[in-house]
Amino acid sequence: MAAPRCVENFAGLESQKLVDDGISSLSSQEQESVEESVGQKFSLFHQWAEREGEDFKWPPLNKEKHLHYLHKGLHHLPEGYECLDASRPWICYWILHSLYLLGEKIPEEQSSRIAQFIGKCQCPDGGFAGSPNQQAHLAPTYAAVLTLCTLGTEEAYRIINRETLRSFLSSMRSSTGAFTMHKGGEIDVRGAYCAVVAARLTNVYQPEMFEGTAEWIASCQSYEGGFAGQCGMEAHGGYTFCSIAALVLLGHERLCDMQALLRWLSQRQMRFEGGFQGRTNKLVDGCYSFWQAGAFPVVHGILSKQHDPALDTSSWMFNEDALQEYILVCCQNLNGGLLDKPGKPRDYYHTCYCLSGLSLAQHFLTDNMNVKYVMGGEGNELQMTHPIFNIGLQSAEDALQFFSKLPLPSSR
Amino acid sequence: MAADDDVESSSEEIYVFFKDRPEWKDVVPVQQDDGPHAVVRIAYSERFQDVYDYFRAVLKSNEMSERAFELTTEATELNPANYTVWHYRRELLKALNKDLAAELEYISEVIQDHPKNYQVWHHRRVLVEWMNNADKELDFTSLILRLDAKNYHAWSHRQWVIQTFNFWDGELEFVDNLLDEDLRNNSAWNQRYFVISNTTEFDDATLAHEVTYTKGFIQKAPNNESSWNYLKGILSTKDKMYDFPGLEEFCQMMYNKNIKSPYLLAFMIDLCEDKLESAESDAATLTKATELCNLLAETIDPIRRKYWNYFKRKLTMRFGQEQTG
Repeated sequence: MAAPRCVENFAGLESQKLVDDGISSLSSQEQESVEESVGQKFSLFHQWAEREGEDFKWPPLNKEKHLHYLHKGLHHLPEGYECLDASRPWICYWILHSLYLLGEKIPEEQSSRIAQFIGKCQCPDGGFAGSPNQQAHLAPTYAAVLTLCTLGTEEAYRIINRETLRSFLSSMRSSTGAFTMHKGGEIDVRGAYCAVVAARLTNVYQPEMFEGTAEWIASCQSYEGGFAGQCGMEAHGGYTFCSIAALVLLGHERLCDMQALLRWLSQRQMRFEGGFQGRTNKLVDGCYSFWQAGAFPVVHGILSKQHDPALDTSSWMFNEDALQEYILVCCQNLNGGLLDKPGKPRDYYHTCYCLSGLSLAQHFLTDNMNVKYVMGGEGNELQMTHPIFNIGLQSAEDALQFFSKLPLPSSR
Repeated sequence: MAADDDVESSSEEIYVFFKDRPEWKDVVPVQQDDGPHAVVRIAYSERFQDVYDYFRAVLKSNEMSERAFELTTEATELNPANYTVWHYRRELLKALNKDLAAELEYISEVIQDHPKNYQVWHHRRVLVEWMNNADKELDFTSLILRLDAKNYHAWSHRQWVIQTFNFWDGELEFVDNLLDEDLRNNSAWNQRYFVISNTTEFDDATLAHEVTYTKGFIQKAPNNESSWNYLKGILSTKDKMYDFPGLEEFCQMMYNKNIKSPYLLAFMIDLCEDKLESAESDAATLTKATELCNLLAETIDPIRRKYWNYFKRKLTMRFGQEQTG
C-alpha cells in the first residue's frame, strides 16, 4: 500500500496547486484559499505521520465517532434541521446508508419504527412526502424507497403501496418525457432518476411510464461532456450522476456520448486536493466523492458491456488513493460526521456521500472481479455499495428479488 | 450589537402565537402525525410548531382566505424549502385573485435571502408565467449573479426567461462583462454557448469570431480549463476540427514556448485524434498523440494517469493497426 501523497511526496504535491498564469480572479482566489486550508491539513498529517513512523501512514476512519453522530441523528435532530423538515426520508436514508457502510446492523425494533415513520410519509395518492401531512414529491419518494430497501425487512417492503406509487410516478411525467418533482413543481434531471430508481427497485417499471425520458435526458449532455439539470445549462456533478444512472436503468446508455462524458468526469478530480469538484473551475466538495467518483463505476459498466478493449479491468478510472486521502484527511469532523471541505460544518448529507465515495474508492467490483484498494488499516474498510442505487449490494439484490415476485400493478 | 439585541427581544415580545390569536380561535390546530415512535425528530422551535400546526389545519380544510395566505408567509419564512406550503400559496394566489406584481416583489426578497433554493425560484417562474411578463427578470437574475456569478438556479431561470420571451439581445454583452470580471467563470462560458447555439448557431463567420475570441482568453491564461472546453465545444459542432485555420500552429506555438498547461496538451491530443479519424494522417500523428498522453500521465497531470493511459491505449488500438499494416 502506497503512503498518501502528502506523506510520500509533499513537495511534489505542492507543484499540483493552481497555476493562475499571473491573472488573478475571484475563482482563482477562492481556489487558492481552499488549497491553503487543504494544504494545512495535509501538512499537519504529514508531520504527524513522520513522528509516528511506518505504522501510521494513513489516517484512521473514526468509525466510533461517526457511529455516535449517526445514531444520535436517527433519534433526534437540533433545531437547525428545521430547514430539512420537508426532507425527512432523506435524513433517514443518509443516516441508514452511512450506518450500513460502517457495518452497523439496525436492531429489529428500531427498524420497524423507521419503516412505520416512512409509512407515515406515504401519501394517499401515492408516493412519499418530505414529512407526514405534506404532498408527495419525487425526491423523498426516492429516499423513502431506498430507506425501506436498506432496512430490507418484509415489513419495510410491505409499506410501499405499489399501485399508488405507480400512478404517482406516471403522473409526474410531462409530455416531453421529463419528470416534474411534484404536482405543480419544477422539472429537472433529478426527477427522471428518482422516478426510474423507485420504479425499478419496486418492480412497477413499465416502458410507457418513461416514454421520451431517455431522449430528454440525453439532450441535457452539455458541450463539456457532463450533464446539466436541463438542456442548455452547465454540466454539473449531481445531474451527471442522475443522468447516466437513469440512462442505464432505462436501457438507453447508448444515447450518451461516453468519451465526452469520461473526459469531463476525469477532469473533475482536483489535482492537489484529490477530491472532486462539481463543475469546471468550482471548488472541491466531499459530496462529489459520490456524485462524480460514483459515475466511474457506472461508466465502467457501460464500456465493459460495449467491449471496450482499452478498458483497464483492474480498477476504476480515477485516482482512488487521492480520493481516500482527501476524505480521510480533510473531511472528518473530530466529533464524528463528515463534511464538504476543511472549515465547513458536518452534516448527514455530507456524511452519507463522503462515506459512499470512500466505499467505492476502496472496492473495485465488477461481475467477475473484486479487488480492494483500502487505504489505511483494516478498520478503514467500508461495506460495498450498489453503484446505481447507492444502497448496500445485498439490499439491492434482496429488494429486486422480493418485488420481482409480486405482480406488476395494473394501470388505472 | 446592543441595539440589535434590543430590537430582537422586543420583536420576540410582540410576537403572538397563532394559538393565542383571537382571529384563529375557530381553527383546531393539527399536530404533525409522526406516529407513535418518531425517528429523525427535529427539535422544532415553539414558533415553528405553532405555525405549522395551523398550516396543517388550513391545508386540511382547504381554507382559501387572507389569513391563510398570511400564514403561508410565516410558514415559508420558517422553512422556504417546504414545497407543500408554496404550492398551497399558489392556490391561494389564484383563489383570492391576489396582486401578482406584489407577489413578485415578495419572492424577490425571499430569493435574496435564500438564493440556492429550488422552491423559491420555481415560485418566481410560475408568477412570471401567470403574468406573461418577464420585464424584471434579466435585472433580477443579474442582481443575484452579482452576489454569486455561478448560482445555478439563477442561470437556469435566466435561460428559461431568455428562451421563453426571446430576450437574446444583449446577452452576449452580459457574458462578455462577466468574463472580463472572472475569465474562469464557467457558467458564463456555458451561457455564451447557450446564446450562440440558439441564435446564429455556429455558422462559419460566428465560429471564426468565437475561435479568435477564445484564443485571446487562452493566451492570457492557458491554464484556464473553461476557455479550452468552450473551444473544443464549438469546434465539435463541425465534422473536422483539426483543419480549422491556424489552430494547430496556435497550439504548437504555445507548446514551443514551454507552456505545459494540461488543457493545451489535451487539446493537442484531440486534434491528433480528429486527424487520425479522418485518415489523412501518418504514423507521426499517432506517435505525437501517445507521447502527449505519456507526458500528461507521468509528469503534468498525474492525478489522471489512468485516464490518459486509457486514452493512449484507445488511440493505439484504433489507429495503430493501419499504421503498421
